[in-house]
Amino acid sequence: MELKSRDLEGRQKILGAMVLGVGLIFILRLFAMQITTSHWKNKAERLTEEQETLQPARGLCLDRHGVLLVTNAPSYDLMVVPRLMGDVDTTALASILHVDEEELVSRLNKASRYSRYKASPLVRQLSSREYAQLSLELWKFPGLSIRTRSVRQNVQGLASQIIGEYREADREDLNRDDRYQLGDYLGKSGLEAQYELQLRGTPGVRHHLVDVRNNVRSTLTELDSMPVPGSDLTLTLDVQLQAYAEALLEGKRGAVVALEPSTGEVLAFVSAPSYNGNLLTGTGRGEAYDSLASHPWKPLYNRAVRGTYRPGSIFKMVQGLIAMEAGIISPRTTIVCNRDIIGCHGAHTADDLKHAVVHSCNPYFYEVMRRMLSQHPDKDKFDNARLGMGWWTDRIERFGFGTDLGGNLPGTRSGLVPDSSYYDNIYGRRHWTFRTMYSISIGEGELLTTPLHMANLAAIVANQGWYIEPHLVRDIGGRGKPEGLGQHIDVGVSAEHFEPIHDAMQAVIEDPTGTGRRAKLPGISYCGKTGTVQDGPRADHSVFMAFAPRDNPQIALSVYVENAGAGGEWAAPIASLLIEQYLTGKVSQETRERRIMGATYPLDPQFAQRP
Amino acid sequence: MSARNLRLTAQLDWTTLGLVLLLVVLGWLNVVSATAEADVVWDMTGKAGKQLMWMAVCAVLMMGLLAIEGEFFIRTSVIHYALVLLLLMAVLVVGKKVGGARSWFGVGSFGIQPSEFAKTATALMISWFLSRDGRPWHTLATRLQSMVILGLPAGFILLQPDAGTVLVFGGFVFVLYREGLSGNVLLVGVGLLVVGVLTILIGAGTSEYPWLGEASGYWWFLVTFASLGSLVLWLVHEATLPRNRKRMRRWGSTLLVGGLIFSAGIHWGMEHVLQRHQRERIHVLLGIDVDNPDADYNIRHAKAAIGSGGLLGKGWASGPMTAYGFVPEQETDFIFCTVGEEWGFLGSTVVVGLFVLLMLRVLVLAERQRSQFTRIYAYAVASIMFMHFMVNIGMVLGLAPVIGIPLPFFSYGGSSLMGFTLLFGILLRLDAERFSVLR
Repeated sequence: MELKSRDLEGRQKILGAMVLGVGLIFILRLFAMQITTSHWKNKAERLTEEQETLQPARGLCLDRHGVLLVTNAPSYDLMVVPRLMGDVDTTALASILHVDEEELVSRLNKASRYSRYKASPLVRQLSSREYAQLSLELWKFPGLSIRTRSVRQNVQGLASQIIGEYREADREDLNRDDRYQLGDYLGKSGLEAQYELQLRGTPGVRHHLVDVRNNVRSTLTELDSMPVPGSDLTLTLDVQLQAYAEALLEGKRGAVVALEPSTGEVLAFVSAPSYNGNLLTGTGRGEAYDSLASHPWKPLYNRAVRGTYRPGSIFKMVQGLIAMEAGIISPRTTIVCNRDIIGCHGAHTADDLKHAVVHSCNPYFYEVMRRMLSQHPDKDKFDNARLGMGWWTDRIERFGFGTDLGGNLPGTRSGLVPDSSYYDNIYGRRHWTFRTMYSISIGEGELLTTPLHMANLAAIVANQGWYIEPHLVRDIGGRGKPEGLGQHIDVGVSAEHFEPIHDAMQAVIEDPTGTGRRAKLPGISYCGKTGTVQDGPRADHSVFMAFAPRDNPQIALSVYVENAGAGGEWAAPIASLLIEQYLTGKVSQETRERRIMGATYPLDPQFAQRP
Repeated sequence: MSARNLRLTAQLDWTTLGLVLLLVVLGWLNVVSATAEADVVWDMTGKAGKQLMWMAVCAVLMMGLLAIEGEFFIRTSVIHYALVLLLLMAVLVVGKKVGGARSWFGVGSFGIQPSEFAKTATALMISWFLSRDGRPWHTLATRLQSMVILGLPAGFILLQPDAGTVLVFGGFVFVLYREGLSGNVLLVGVGLLVVGVLTILIGAGTSEYPWLGEASGYWWFLVTFASLGSLVLWLVHEATLPRNRKRMRRWGSTLLVGGLIFSAGIHWGMEHVLQRHQRERIHVLLGIDVDNPDADYNIRHAKAAIGSGGLLGKGWASGPMTAYGFVPEQETDFIFCTVGEEWGFLGSTVVVGLFVLLMLRVLVLAERQRSQFTRIYAYAVASIMFMHFMVNIGMVLGLAPVIGIPLPFFSYGGSSLMGFTLLFGILLRLDAERFSVLR
């Protein structure tokens, strides 16, 4: 069967169409690759462009006098580019790096999976010494290099719980803020986290073109930018007071919060046991963290803002103040110390307000509370209690109790001020009276406050009726206090009512029979109030709040020592040492200081025999 | 002499020559760009300079070719062919081994690749053979002899081994098609391609079989293929007129059995003949996941280079992918990546367009010949160009497997440039003589 040559000529068109068709397919394919998608473009950029991030210097932390608290220190990460590594003697490398060989191999595999061409970290945060040793051997291992990065260094190891941690961003951080990349560091807790935006600054970037061997070939300077350092954070802390307070509380559990009453600025902020924040940087972080987290005294727990305790006797002053303001008692009101209804201590039979505070007379404040919850003679005892509680809770909350105190401190707890619905929930509506919950009248029972609340109470008493929300930040980057920080709050008690309280609190310290006599300081007349809070079968918590000097107060503070015994035994002398240190810059009571510093649990020998 | 030259310049197809010159110049610019900054790997003056020298040599060669009477090539076809066969045999023995293949004669710092000249010689030979009187295509002898003429050089090249050039020899099927080969052969070729691709795609996975458990998915494919084929065969049998049935049955069963054997062969070949990296290349092309992250290294980078060009490209000698060594073989087989990256979609389209124009022009030249020799030869030129064009650009665009084969006139390399100069020089001379041929 022969085809006619005319038919065969037609085949030219078929072949031509094939040529055209293939050309068209190629053009469409080119269109799809070059025009309709940026997939390949991005891929090429990932291969050829390397962005070197120029990390900005993180803002420093200073104390109120400009003393450096937290600074930046260089740290060295060992980086690996798997492609350049070739066949490596993992046994030798593992012994140089002091890591398990298996662990090393798995890290190398992980790096390969991330990228064969780009550097990923093999060992993080080598110390300068480890770095110096390693750099001698580094030449034997192609593909290994050192990346310098900046870590935080707490200069004196102070206030670690409140300053918080600066460490590697986790998956969650990366998802939340795309500014962070794998391996970047950020503030994870405390002030480091709270002021991350201000501290971190703006990174600069340098663009390089790299060749297939990851050598930098040229720079694209028009896109580059310089890093802008972060803002320095000036805290309200007084580094000397802070250091002294941490030293005094060493070996104890408890908290100290000291405020400047006129400004609400936190002068010292201690939760004991404390730890040196520098432990949580470097290669040993994991181990250090585990030992802190598993310590029975919970050093990671910031008792100053998160420890909720019953305030004890120091709360009696609040009771006296609101009762006076409401006209329920006057400073001259005398109440019999009837020990049948509630226990008391010391020799007294009937006290006025001042003496009731000095003696910490329980029946007195029981009666005051009873009167506050019986303001409606026409109602029965259930309604009186409920209406009275509503009135009472309002007034207590104005002292900041049951609130977070608004000063934007990291991790604050509000504590608890029970109100009528609280008791309704427990006992049922109209099933409770004053008799049911009288123990809150003397600062026990359901009341829960933090050491910060107690220090704030000292400031309120010092200021005679108002406080500035306690806060920790004085200045950010020279721009002053952040807006809205430290509102002026009036507690709704006239200044005149504070006079008898001040008298009483001075007597607590200066009266030879006062519970705070061990806190007496020569040449400084100041006011204080002890508290001794029961803690089940364990020794009592030792509590003291004070402000000094009485006229024109400079410092208001609370000291809380867990399971130490009476307030006058431990908390009061600690407070006196701090006050003297702060006001005069020196400590004259050396015996007192030695006794505190040398103390170890059990602090109250009475409890030594108890199981 | 001068009158003769005048006639030659008047009859010469300047369109073709102009397109060729344009491609050579564009190609050289890209070679310069691809090798200019890669001084870590190559000496700069080396490649671009050498290529310039080769271009000068080829210009002289082209002028020489145009000065030779066409009749000379027709008469010496057999000698060229025989000479090339000898060279191809010799290179297997004394050739220099480069990249696992023995396809080069080393002459000083230069190398010569006889397979580049084999294409021209084979084109001359098949044209001479088919254009001789009394050798009609439809006789079995002619067909078999044509197969031998094409198969001999292809076989030697396969031994080197140089799969790319063998594939180019496959392009002669288009020449034969124009000369009378049944179009069904092309259709069967396409059909086999489909069967082959399906075999590889399905064979690469595993399936769960009742009672037998998990095994290669290929058996499932084979059973489906066989039963579907039989069903179609039976349907066709039922639907056709009784007098056609016998012929249909013969053809149908031949196709089915052939397809099954082909498929089994491909499957066996994939598993047992190909080496791992070759199998992975094919798998990568077909989009099958490969464990080895380096398997698609070449093609991934080639595509990234081209795709990153955008509409207008990054500008001549400013593409970091090609400049900094990300694309392998970027001045030879992967030269089109430089075009894509630096000249963008517009530039690439222009280059593709120039190739298409050149091939279409050669087809036009072919059909205007009175000489059967010239026509067949022109088709051979077009087919060789077409195969190079299709496989090379298809490869860098990720549409064809990675097979080393240069882009005509573009890729760096003296042998390739000289081979294509020969191919086109002879064609242009023969075409210029088209009015003086009586046959």
